[in-house]
Amino acid sequence: MRPLTDEETKTMFEKLSKYIGENIKLLVDRPDGGYCFRLHNDRVYYMSEKILKLATNVARDKLVSVGTCFGKFTKTGKFRLHITALDFLAPYAKFKVWVKPGTEQSFLYGNHVLKSGLGRITENTAQYQGVVVYSMADVPLGFGVAAKTTQECRRMDPMAIVVFHQADVGEFIRNEDTLT
Amino acid sequence: MGRKLDPTNQVKRGPGRKSRKQKGAETELSKFITAEESEPKRLTSRARKRAVKRAQDPKKTKDVPQQKPLKGFTDENKDWLKPAKRKRKIDTPESDDDSDEMWEHEDDEEEDVEKVEALGKKQGKKAVVAKMAEKEEEEEEDDEEDEDMVDDYGAAEESSGEEAEGGSDEELLPIERAAKKEKNIMEAMGVGSDDDEDSEDEEAGKSDDGDADEEDALLTNIEEMDKFRLPGAEERAKESVIPLDLQTIHHRIKENVDVLTNFATKREEGKDRAEYISLLRSDLCTYYSYNDFLMEKLMDIFPVSELIDFLEANEIHRPVTIRTNTLKTRRRDLAQALINRGVNLDPLGKWSKVGLIIFDSSVPIGATPEYLAGHYMLQGASSLLPVMALSPQEGECVLDMSSAPGGKTTYIAQLMRNTGTIVANDANAERLKSVVGNIHRLGVTNAVICNYDGRQFPKVMGGFDRVLLDAPCSGTGVIAKDPAVKTSKDEADILRSAHLQKELLLSAIDSVNADSATGGYLIYCTCSIMVEENEWVVDYALKKRNVKLVPTGLDFGTEGFTRFKERRFHPSLRLTRRFYPHSHNMDGFFVAKLKKFSNSVPATEMEQDEEETVTSESVAVASGPDKKPSKNETSKKIPGKAGVSPKGQTNGTGAKKPENIQAKGQKDKPTGPKKAKMAKMDGKNAKEGEANASESGKTELSKNEKKHEKKKSPMKKKKRLGKNKFNKLKKVLQKGWIGE
Repeated sequence: MRPLTDEETKTMFEKLSKYIGENIKLLVDRPDGGYCFRLHNDRVYYMSEKILKLATNVARDKLVSVGTCFGKFTKTGKFRLHITALDFLAPYAKFKVWVKPGTEQSFLYGNHVLKSGLGRITENTAQYQGVVVYSMADVPLGFGVAAKTTQECRRMDPMAIVVFHQADVGEFIRNEDTLT
Repeated sequence: MGRKLDPTNQVKRGPGRKSRKQKGAETELSKFITAEESEPKRLTSRARKRAVKRAQDPKKTKDVPQQKPLKGFTDENKDWLKPAKRKRKIDTPESDDDSDEMWEHEDDEEEDVEKVEALGKKQGKKAVVAKMAEKEEEEEEDDEEDEDMVDDYGAAEESSGEEAEGGSDEELLPIERAAKKEKNIMEAMGVGSDDDEDSEDEEAGKSDDGDADEEDALLTNIEEMDKFRLPGAEERAKESVIPLDLQTIHHRIKENVDVLTNFATKREEGKDRAEYISLLRSDLCTYYSYNDFLMEKLMDIFPVSELIDFLEANEIHRPVTIRTNTLKTRRRDLAQALINRGVNLDPLGKWSKVGLIIFDSSVPIGATPEYLAGHYMLQGASSLLPVMALSPQEGECVLDMSSAPGGKTTYIAQLMRNTGTIVANDANAERLKSVVGNIHRLGVTNAVICNYDGRQFPKVMGGFDRVLLDAPCSGTGVIAKDPAVKTSKDEADILRSAHLQKELLLSAIDSVNADSATGGYLIYCTCSIMVEENEWVVDYALKKRNVKLVPTGLDFGTEGFTRFKERRFHPSLRLTRRFYPHSHNMDGFFVAKLKKFSNSVPATEMEQDEEETVTSESVAVASGPDKKPSKNETSKKIPGKAGVSPKGQTNGTGAKKPENIQAKGQKDKPTGPKKAKMAKMDGKNAKEGEANASESGKTELSKNEKKHEKKKSPMKKKKRLGKNKFNKLKKVLQKGWIGE
């Protein structure tokens, strides 16, 4: 377990800012004590410093997970957000998409959100903007990338894709083995 | 019992009923239409018009013939037929009720298999028949009997009506059949679909009837005699060659239990209890398919009548329960959301504010969006108990020693509201994946997940406020979940897991910080009901470490044993709690809450206890901070371990320890298994000792070292927290070492 290098930090923050914008600051400077990012097994964990101290007792090969896993660095050096980061993306998300109850299940199985299943969408969403997907009951279900702007969405045919799927909470079951 | 079916009656009924049924359908149609006419107010005006138009033609054509026979009655027949019709109409609801009752009966029977068997005893002549099949047969027969009664009744009236009516028979039929049809419907619901089976059953029944009667007679004879005869040795030998059928065995079990509960009055002269017991055991083994060993153990734990309940409870599954994740939602909201998805649920009980019990569900309960969003966790009711007993406080540092799959860990986190820290450990790396998934899904952010063998844990870190040890066990409390336990366990398995549990419990105790302001508690729980894995283990820990039992805070459950067969445990083991499937409708479970107390130990136990704390401390100290100077560390550690031996002994070699234990063990070792176990442990300790001796070769020094540590110990107790303090302590020790 080690702190992130500058380059890694830059890559990861760029990715994160697609979803929560400048709210990233709120993740690092928290009123309830220091929080930090640490790299372990190519994965980035977000934890309080109290837990960090405790985790230093654990040998590297015996440590499985600390705090919350945000995602991992791929072999090509890109950063990929995991669904486990949703707990921290959802409260700070700038652009949101709500899906209709019928589409919930489809999205949770890993499908894109179609126009027909689109319940609501934040105004002024740009194309390829990172969005967090909610159910109509405001339960965060996952996140993705807006395929079209809000304006374009209005006059699309019902079967066109509105949000590209990136991660959904169904992965807790589908990809349990690869979460960490 | 009851009346047998008359085959001639059946033949009469078969084809006739079919034809009648079809004609009955016509009358039904006409009736339906008239009924529709009588209640057009429910329809809209247009619909009414349409309905009238649609209905007009068929109604007129059909109503006329229907009314004709009504008018065609002679006075006599009116007397006969109208009441008859009424009667049947009244009959049908009655018979509907009957069918309901039958359902209830079925339920009862399913719950109370004994009853079924008692009823069904005339059935089973075949040696191996599945229980369910028997039950069904039984129910069918009952149905038939009821029906027969109705049929006879109806048939009598019908025939009388026909006799009186004579030629006008045909015209009468619609009315006649209106009633008939209802009866048919009733029959169709009750047995109709089973017609073929019925006839088969009856054919089989015919051949069996004779035998069944005979057996009935036999059984009633037995009941009359009210005496249960114990089979002799030859009979039992014969049984082993030609096994008895389950019915007979079940009956014999019942009789046997009856005798055993009233032994003084019902026993057979010259037979002693042991004979009855051994017969009962072998019968229970055959009937419930357990192995001899496990059944013997269970018979030691439960009185006979309770044993049967327990075995029966193991045949049915416990209800599915879920726990609300209060980090993300509230129970009321969750219940509402799930009800909207078509789940039928109820609060778990007064004792839990987060549990919900699932009766049935139209959706898979482990894949709803609520589940995926982490609003609840599928978790047995029994596994809520240890966490409630642990009652972790906010801001504490808690260790869950064997955490997979994370149900209890996440419950701890939610009780702590995501404050403090949780260390979730498990020895199995594969199972830790589910812990990772569940912890992230439920939004727990204060957990460290690691993969150590629990026995090594005190070396990794210590100083926890609370520790939960859900020890690996033989699983005798969850036979309903995993029936393989019935036959797969033997003495060695139980003792092996008991041994592991003792090691784990000691290392768990060593991880607790006794001086914690809020905590210093430890929960030991297993899903086993064996005394060897529960009371015995806790009793061992009480002797070995300075811990005491405290009330678990659970207001139900049965008390732990303080004496079991020849073993006597510490009286405070009364404070532990046992949970059984038959009395609490949750998995069999054992929960003990221990408090590690500080130096205020009674004088008699003082010396040994203090030494032991020193031992554990020195272990933690030696290996905690750094592993580089391991040689020195280990040699230092060893004397510490050797310090367990009493003061009087002059040479504190590691090899002395086994003797000590043996001397201790001799006090309470009369049993075979325990002896074996002790021997095993001795062997292990001896090995350890040898290893230590050979490794260090400095045993002379150890005594001094030991004393050195002992003097310091009271002050150092408080220094277990924090890495810096560890380091300081280490330096001090090293200096002391060098100085000597």
